[in-house]
Amino acid sequence: MTKETTVTEETQEQAHPMDELLRMDRMPHIWCPTCGLGTVVTALAMALDKSGISLDDVAVVSGIGCTGRVAGYIKVDSFHTTHGRAIPFATGLHLANPKLKVIVVSGDGDLIAIGGNHFIHAARRNMDITVICVNNFIYAMTGGQVAPTTPLTANASTMPYGNFEPPFNIPYLADSCGASYVARWSSLHVRRMTTAFAEALAAPGFSLVEVVTPCSTLYARRNRLGTGLDLLKFYHDNCEIEHGADTRSLDIDFQSTIKLGKFIERRRPTFLESLDDWYGQVFGDKYEPYAGATSE
Amino acid sequence: MPQDLPSTPKSTKMKYWRKPLDADKVKVPHGELHIIVNRCKGCLFCVEYCPRDVLQMSEDFNVKGYHYPEVKEDDACVNCQLCELLCPEFAIFCVEKEEEGGGENES
Ligand SMILES: Cc1ncc(C[n+]2csc(CCOP(=O)(O)OP(=O)(O)O)c2C)c(N)n1
Ligand code: SF4
Ligand SMILES: [Mg+2]
Repeated sequence: MTKETTVTEETQEQAHPMDELLRMDRMPHIWCPTCGLGTVVTALAMALDKSGISLDDVAVVSGIGCTGRVAGYIKVDSFHTTHGRAIPFATGLHLANPKLKVIVVSGDGDLIAIGGNHFIHAARRNMDITVICVNNFIYAMTGGQVAPTTPLTANASTMPYGNFEPPFNIPYLADSCGASYVARWSSLHVRRMTTAFAEALAAPGFSLVEVVTPCSTLYARRNRLGTGLDLLKFYHDNCEIEHGADTRSLDIDFQSTIKLGKFIERRRPTFLESLDDWYGQVFGDKYEPYAGATSE
Repeated sequence: MPQDLPSTPKSTKMKYWRKPLDADKVKVPHGELHIIVNRCKGCLFCVEYCPRDVLQMSEDFNVKGYHYPEVKEDDACVNCQLCELLCPEFAIFCVEKEEEGGGENES
């Protein structure tokens, strides 16, 4: 091999393109070897770059969990909220300053378990935020407890004989609550995930991208599925792309086919559009369209 | 990635499965790989999914005690950047190499 292509941090003559988007003082990150979370961060950074949005107009909000760390690592205005409350915090940011692109990056447990109520209402109101739900099928950070997304029969620390609770199908949940954009990819499908993030950012209203991601240490190990690399190989062999699929058909069973694709793209009035429209009707000319609560 | 294309063979390696008709005329880009050895945690994602099989794991260990990728075939990288996108440690990246000749594509 050639010497010039292998560099140690000290002699590195050229910075990694991600370095300027990361808080390098917090690196190395805490994520385990073969965890897929780092890939999701790269895809988000690429999508922001592709979208051409100024990073000054972007805010990233996370809840608690391994995925929640994203807000601490990405170098844009970001906030690591309390568990389950990423969406309400993001809603507040968006309403205070509607010009901001507000992105929630959080885990399946954070968004669908403790934060499930916020999730359904943000979708119902068609709040103009982008939600990236990293689904590793488990509460990873706290030791592999069962989540409302754990597939039936999968092992979790609080389901030592296998899970008997039926999981949520996240795209169906978002769709039935009225989300404007719904897609699911795996962390292996980096380019498609990047495109989906960019589309979700551009779509007005509530957009959701579920990213099926390996958790090597808790989910894979507890279920004897090998490493995160083995899970990527599993996705490679068992993911089927079906754009526009009926979201009712998107259940994920333990170690069986995972359907991926862009399922929903619909235009429905956003929360702020409905607000302006209604108050315009009620108050007529006296009403001034909502412009946010921050002074420039 | 090939999943959306019909009858993709079930394999663990992503492979070229279609040879473009104008493959002999297309100028194939070349990439120069940069590996930040001490960031690597040995996940093997890059080695496994490089469509050109450019990388292999080192015999040596980095400061964290992991084997890390090294370039097996120096000229084979086509700058597709899949390794860079997949790497969860931000430890590998490619930059396009300026080309003198070009034109042939053996795959
Ligand atoms: C109010 C509250 N309840 C419980 C916890 C403990 N807790 C921290 S992270 C977490 C689950 C995280 O799961 P998920 O959102 O799927 O993230 P992951 O770690 O899997 O990425 C829990 C229950 C907490 N921090 N706060
Ligand atoms: S516990 Fe799982 S999700 Fe958390 S960093 Fe490790 S592999 Fe990733
Ligand atoms: Mg989780």
